[in-house]
Amino acid sequence: MLGPYVDAYLISWVVFLPLASGLLLLVANSVAGFLLRSNGLPKVVWQVIAMSSTSLTFVASLFGLWGRFDPEETGYQLVERVAWLPDYGIHYFVGVDGISLVLVLLTSFLMPVVLLASWNEIDRWSRSYLFFMLALETAMLGTFVSLNLFQFYVLWEVMMIPMLFIIGIWGGPRRIYAATKFFLFTVSGSLLMLVALVIVYRMNFEQGGALNFDLVRFVGHAPVPGVPLLDTVIPATTESGAPWWQTQLWLFGAFALAFGIKVPMVPFHTWLPDAHVEAPTGGSVILAGVLLKMGAYGFLRFALPLFPDAALAWAPWMTGLALVGIVYGSLVAMVQRDVKKLVAYSSIAHLGFVMLGVFALNLQGVTGAVLQMVNHGLATGALFVLVGFIYARRRTREIADFGGLARPMPVFAALLGFVVMASIGLPGLGGFVGEFLILLGSFGADPWAAVIATTGVVLAAAYMLWMYRRVVFGPLDKPENRGLIDLDLRERVAVGLLALPIVWIGVNPSPLLRRIEPSVSILLQEMELRRSHDEIPSAFEARSQELP
Amino acid sequence: MPADPQWIEDALLRWIVFVPLGTALASGLLLAVFRRTLSSSLVVWMSCGSVFASFGLSSLSFAKLVGLFGEVPVDDVPPRVLIDTLYTWVGVGVGNSAFSADLAFRYDALSAVMCLVVTGVGFLIHVYSVGYMRADTRDDGGLQRFFCYLNLFIAAMLVLVLADNLLLMFLGWEGVGLCSYLLIGFWYGDRQNAYAGSKAFIVNRIGDFGFIVGILLLFWSMADAGQPAVSFRAIEAGFGSVASQTLALPGWLGGGEIGLATSIGLCFFLGAVGKSAQLPLFVWLPDAMAGPTPVSALIHAATMVTAGVYMAVRLSFLYEAAPGALVVIAWTGGVTAVFAALLATAQNDIKKVLAYSTISQLGYMFLAVGCGAYAIAIFHLVTHAFFKALLFMGAGAVIVATHHEQDMRRMGGLRKKLKLTYWVMVAGVLAICGFPGFSGFFSKDEILTSVFFAHELPGHVALYWMGVATAGLTAFYMFRLLFLTFHGKTRLPRGRRGELDDPEDTMMWPLQILAVLAVLGGIIGLPQFWGDRIGVAESNSLGHFLASVVRLGEPHALDAGVVAQLVGGVLAASITGFGLAYVLYISRPGLREKLEPVLGVPRRVVARRFYVDELYDAVFVRPLVIFSDRVLSRGIDAGLIDGRLVMGSAHAVRGLAAHVLKHLQSGLAQAYLLLMLAGTVALLAYLVT
Repeated sequence: MLGPYVDAYLISWVVFLPLASGLLLLVANSVAGFLLRSNGLPKVVWQVIAMSSTSLTFVASLFGLWGRFDPEETGYQLVERVAWLPDYGIHYFVGVDGISLVLVLLTSFLMPVVLLASWNEIDRWSRSYLFFMLALETAMLGTFVSLNLFQFYVLWEVMMIPMLFIIGIWGGPRRIYAATKFFLFTVSGSLLMLVALVIVYRMNFEQGGALNFDLVRFVGHAPVPGVPLLDTVIPATTESGAPWWQTQLWLFGAFALAFGIKVPMVPFHTWLPDAHVEAPTGGSVILAGVLLKMGAYGFLRFALPLFPDAALAWAPWMTGLALVGIVYGSLVAMVQRDVKKLVAYSSIAHLGFVMLGVFALNLQGVTGAVLQMVNHGLATGALFVLVGFIYARRRTREIADFGGLARPMPVFAALLGFVVMASIGLPGLGGFVGEFLILLGSFGADPWAAVIATTGVVLAAAYMLWMYRRVVFGPLDKPENRGLIDLDLRERVAVGLLALPIVWIGVNPSPLLRRIEPSVSILLQEMELRRSHDEIPSAFEARSQELP
Repeated sequence: MPADPQWIEDALLRWIVFVPLGTALASGLLLAVFRRTLSSSLVVWMSCGSVFASFGLSSLSFAKLVGLFGEVPVDDVPPRVLIDTLYTWVGVGVGNSAFSADLAFRYDALSAVMCLVVTGVGFLIHVYSVGYMRADTRDDGGLQRFFCYLNLFIAAMLVLVLADNLLLMFLGWEGVGLCSYLLIGFWYGDRQNAYAGSKAFIVNRIGDFGFIVGILLLFWSMADAGQPAVSFRAIEAGFGSVASQTLALPGWLGGGEIGLATSIGLCFFLGAVGKSAQLPLFVWLPDAMAGPTPVSALIHAATMVTAGVYMAVRLSFLYEAAPGALVVIAWTGGVTAVFAALLATAQNDIKKVLAYSTISQLGYMFLAVGCGAYAIAIFHLVTHAFFKALLFMGAGAVIVATHHEQDMRRMGGLRKKLKLTYWVMVAGVLAICGFPGFSGFFSKDEILTSVFFAHELPGHVALYWMGVATAGLTAFYMFRLLFLTFHGKTRLPRGRRGELDDPEDTMMWPLQILAVLAVLGGIIGLPQFWGDRIGVAESNSLGHFLASVVRLGEPHALDAGVVAQLVGGVLAASITGFGLAYVLYISRPGLREKLEPVLGVPRRVVARRFYVDELYDAVFVRPLVIFSDRVLSRGIDAGLIDGRLVMGSAHAVRGLAAHVLKHLQSGLAQAYLLLMLAGTVALLAYLVT
């Protein structure tokens, strides 16, 4: 009965399932409160329903999106487009290619794992927490599948709100400071992007004669008025007589600032350690696992294809910042005393690798960058989960407070060891494949950049093993650590779930690479086309599917 | 170059790796995640059995390789290579930049030798470990954990030697590094052990840096020439077209040009320097002795540390085109050999002596590689695996018998109690010192002969004499070890003297097998000269076997005079070393105290390994940490970026609001109206113009 609707709107089902269940829970909560004169639904009901709906979302994205996605076919797939504010060219327009597909899968996979991992962590207002997490998932998934720039921008901003509350309400002692900082950083970046976006929109209107926020041409039942953004001619420099604010160089800069803050690229990174240290485990995992990827994704989906000339002109600078991120992030990570802060700085270094791959602007580099986003999400997510587990037991994250944990907590030690190895890119685990492809691509673009980045491989081993040794090995000399209880079944399952894809990607990355690479290839072709011959129709296209 | 080989698909190869890997993963998962400890006998049977199965499969493949099952005689067929391709592991790119690394194993003569050594010696050490580790009750599930790591090591080492491409080889390379890390820190409760493990991993990563850059440089050079290649076969086939290219050096390296082959060769050699503990990255290996003794025998003597030599030989076609790199290799090897041998003379820890000895012997192997004598490097690798594993395990027997005493100053006189241990140790000592007829004699002699005749190598005469000096030092420190441990009066604490005896049989019979191999192992590579003298028809079978993989080089013009000169030099040096050790530690021990005022300071400097560790710490580690902490973390990150820029701008905005903007919001309606009026006027003015 539902079959055709499910089939035709697969992406929407996946995207809105979490929010819908969240809203349903809110309503049910009020109804229950009214009818039973109670406090609303018990916490465990919320947890079970949130858990099942996020799990269902993952299953749906696995069988619906991944299963239906045809790696042989280029362009966006499973496209849906519904008029929203058609007069302004604003539509609900979604679709996936190989790049967004793997990120959607990562997001929908992380969410139930996070809920499982932080099952007992939140003890006050836990129902609101769950609602925010569900809303956050919908916002994140929606951002990844957006093919309408306005829609993307709205969801990009909306995404911040639940995260703001998650850090600000359920965070550590300095949560308000961290949340404010997170918010101000992100907002100031995206405001500039908004300005640039309006300028592009305006240019698009002048050229196409109709308002259009669509990124790519939608080939459907009725022709879409105007031209999509990717067919808009944007002058590279002022030589053509265009004012400076209409040139790619500046527009790219505005987008790059917004995305660069989110990644984060040094020197716009200082919100990250604070946000991570204060956020609850769930917030940290989602922040590192998904939100940081938004920045890199924004570059790939919008900034690079829209402004290819500027991207090339900026590439050496972005590569330089990426290298600074790798080396600087690693060195600062090396001297941290707080485990979470160390992981936060390691994220900066890892995302430096991702940006290095993106701005290698070749097949290996960009493909590796996308794969590395997934790997980083899994490995760093697992790190934060494990740090959350010992924090729950010891109420401290100072490295110096631990030592010798391998004896009371052998399972924890083994799993942390595994995740540490994944994080430093041990071959056979996911991180290596991504890192190597990035280095390979980077070397093809600029050998010295790759050589400098390779030092990050040495430094990563240094700071990670230093932390691991201090926490897990050595004598068990702190009395507080003696009675620690090892991970229970729920905790083992949570980390185990994260470990499985890490091994799988490390041993056989082909299923992912096979889907990512063609999309990257089209992206690079599109950039090439838009650089030299603006008139040639876009390589990107989104075809509607046959509706029932 | 050797003739084009005959490629044979063989799906059995993967099981050489998968059997020990599967065992390791099964017992590791059970222990690590489910906390299920298996009974110790099951662990032992599974673990030793899987390595033995792997050895059996390797032997079977060896038989196929040499054509035992074939109908044609070996000499008439082209050399064979068995190959087993599973699937594409990492593949991205199209056309001339297509990178595609398969999960594929290849079994050629070189892999065969390594494979048999790894599984053969590995099996003996596994069996020995059963006895050695039985005493270890320090940790719940310790035995299972130990054998899990050990099996994982065997699997990773086999991937390393069987890999068909550089990326897969790197997987094995890092895998053995991981196992080394885990096993050095096996007794993790001790801070020193954990530290030594991390140090080994991190120092090795410095070498890996070279390895990775080498892969990248090699791939892109070949891709630029239109021949993207990842597998050894494709690289070897296409390397000729890029071998003569040069790279421009950047200004800060002095400008000029460097040969492409040389730079790639040097990158890979950096990896080898890390893994095989050569100067200047040798510092991790002595500390690695913190691991259980079987680990030292297997990983840090017989197999893993020789991976660098294996890699250099595997890439010999590349080094053939890179004479500059060969010079660096030869000199690094030569200097390391004599330097490490010198350090070994002043150690009191029995395992540390052997550790430096390993570094020194690896130096010999690199010396051989540097002279282009690849087959001889492998010959010494094999004989070294026999006698050094024997020596380590003998030392382990002593350590077990004396209840974990490692300081030779507190041993002495053990020969009467540990009779069997003593005799196998004697065999090992004679083998490493090159007693005529023993395995080390032939392999070391071959190396020195190659150096002697390596006229194209700058300074080969100096290298030759360094090799001879190393032989003398080797004899000195090995006999010093033997005398201090087994001879003289016992210096053991009284309480421990009573129950001294050779350890149990599971430890002793692997030792006896290895003793036989250490004595007779030279036969496999018996030099032509000696073969002719004693009437053996098939001499140097190892060399001929390896000829399908590496260039053998012209036989040297040897006559009895030259040989007498060569052998005489080494023997004289060795006898001098032995004599010195005999005088100082047996006949006139009092002499040592008399020499103390003269030799005390140099001895202490040598004992502290010329303060290299302290130097690295002071020059690299400490400044980097202090710089990261004070300048980067506190200065730039917290101070400049977050303090000045971020919070500074926040304060500036607040200041602006507090002092300037607040006047705008005065609450006076007239003021608001005035502003509105001004705004309207401005807007009108803009629209009109």
